[in-house]
Amino acid sequence: MIKIELDNVAIGYYRRPVLRDLTFNVLPGDLVGLIGPNGSGKSTIIRALTRIITPLQGKIYLDGRELSTITRHELSQMLGVVPQLPLLPSAFTGFEIVLMGRNPHLGMFGNEKARDLEITWQAMEMTGTADLAKRIIGEMSGGQIQSLLIARALAQETRAILLDEPTANLDIGRQIEVLSLIKKLCRERNMAAMAAIHDLNLASQYCNRLVLISGGRIYKHGTPAEVITAENIRAVYGAEHCVYRHPLNGLPVVLVDGNVNSGIEGAKNG
Amino acid sequence: MKGQLPADDNRPAGTVVDRKTASPWSAHLVPWRSRITAIIVLTVVVLVVAAVATTIGSVSIPITDAIKVVLDRLPFIDFTPTWANGTGIIIADIRLPRVILAGLVGAALATAGATYQGLFRNPLADPYLIGVAQGASLGAVAGFVLPISASFLGVGIIPIFAFAGGLISMVIVYLLARQGKSLPVTTLILAGVALSALLSSVVSYLVISSGDKMHSILFWLMGSFSLSQWSDVRMVLPYIIVGTGIILLYARSLNVMQLDEEQAQQLGINVERMKIILLAAATLITAAAVSFVGTIGFVGIIIPHAVRLIWGADHRFLLPLSVLCGAIFMILADLISRTILAPTEIPVGVVTAIFGAPFFLYLLRRRKKVIF
Repeated sequence: MIKIELDNVAIGYYRRPVLRDLTFNVLPGDLVGLIGPNGSGKSTIIRALTRIITPLQGKIYLDGRELSTITRHELSQMLGVVPQLPLLPSAFTGFEIVLMGRNPHLGMFGNEKARDLEITWQAMEMTGTADLAKRIIGEMSGGQIQSLLIARALAQETRAILLDEPTANLDIGRQIEVLSLIKKLCRERNMAAMAAIHDLNLASQYCNRLVLISGGRIYKHGTPAEVITAENIRAVYGAEHCVYRHPLNGLPVVLVDGNVNSGIEGAKNG
Repeated sequence: MKGQLPADDNRPAGTVVDRKTASPWSAHLVPWRSRITAIIVLTVVVLVVAAVATTIGSVSIPITDAIKVVLDRLPFIDFTPTWANGTGIIIADIRLPRVILAGLVGAALATAGATYQGLFRNPLADPYLIGVAQGASLGAVAGFVLPISASFLGVGIIPIFAFAGGLISMVIVYLLARQGKSLPVTTLILAGVALSALLSSVVSYLVISSGDKMHSILFWLMGSFSLSQWSDVRMVLPYIIVGTGIILLYARSLNVMQLDEEQAQQLGINVERMKIILLAAATLITAAAVSFVGTIGFVGIIIPHAVRLIWGADHRFLLPLSVLCGAIFMILADLISRTILAPTEIPVGVVTAIFGAPFFLYLLRRRKKVIF
């Protein structure tokens, strides 16, 4: 079991903080959604958790250990990452990309064994990407690449996983598949997962806790019902009158009415 | 979601199934066998090409004699000389060191090129991209122009100046590009290109103002093996073996680096350390390669691409196959440079491009697939 903890963390680029006072945990079995307007720093938090950037202040703990004391190789065995549509070399096949998820488990000079290929294949089957195994990246759509990156993080066999907009390029069917899979893994394998998600409705339906980021701080932290309220959505996104209850499960849903002039001009999204 | 394993559940009990052929992932096993075969075959080709190259020249020597001469020089093997008087000297003291040096230089430049291309994820990278060649050129030209005629351990001043020039310029580029703990590749390339331009204009000025030395300077700049000796081979060999060895160890990590630096880090690669080690190793073998024979162009960029076209982009094979193909290509280029207009020698750098470019373009047209 692994726990991600942020304790009063400030993060930024070139010593200028973008985010401060970040304190929250991701517990085993949790799927925590990071929500917030464009540019609010969701990806920055993920980059700090993967040690691409170092916090300017405060501490991040993974499995009770301070992040900076964990070597890069160890970290890659503990924490899988699904980046947001990165550039991938177009000559690689789908299988080769997913197989790279095994790198953390190979020695520096080791080569893949049959077991690694088998785990890779399973990850591709689970994410419905097995038919992409032989195709090259250059011929794939954004959504297909996105699914491959999720498969790669699964092949990494970590106990915690971070996803940066995992559903951004997927159609509604794939969005449901991907998030259900992640939720299932969290529950069954007791993984700790955190996903930056743009779509408030998906966040509300699949995450058990949400962290709403705005103005460089955590605006609200709690269950979907606590975070996605008409008040909060108006304050953070400037959108009026759009939060309702899901008719089947009562979770908050955000609906847009195109005929009403929403207060976008007056938006204060920090 | 198909969550289940690629299992063979419907098999009747007791059926023997070869996991390798039964599993759907078996199609993705790395084709070790065919690639290792390629490595073995090419190793033999290197030896054959080298042997044949020693027999061709102003005096034509039967290959049996050439082999006997070489074996005769080894301890414990003695032949009664059946060959003509000068043959031993021509083979063992003139042609053999030349062929071996050509092979080493070709191998080093091709390996360094493949390394830079992989490290920078840039198909246009070559061993000279970040200033090593211009630094070496300036060093060599300074050696020609300065009124010093010292030598060190039996090596002339020019190779030493060239080697030092190459390494120093690389260190300058490194220090310029470094930002805190990280070394951004784009900054590195830009700093290298800028320094190269600066150094090359200094070299140009020194060349046109060098008077009667101009011809020998230009000949060095275009590259030539005409002065190769055993001492050169002995000086260059350790650098190339150590540098190439280090690079080969990082082959699989270089594959992961093809994603991008952030993903490589997230997959457990210590990117900054790897960049420094590989830059140092590739620079070392490049500087060693050019120091005696001049800045031979084209090999470092084209051989890795040709290997990619034929055998694919997996660095575990790309790198060793580049070593071998670089050696073969350079031995042949040098052979052409000394024989085609004999007794005149044309600079080998001219040959590499004139004969190599059409061959590469042929490969490029024939295999229309994504290679980078």
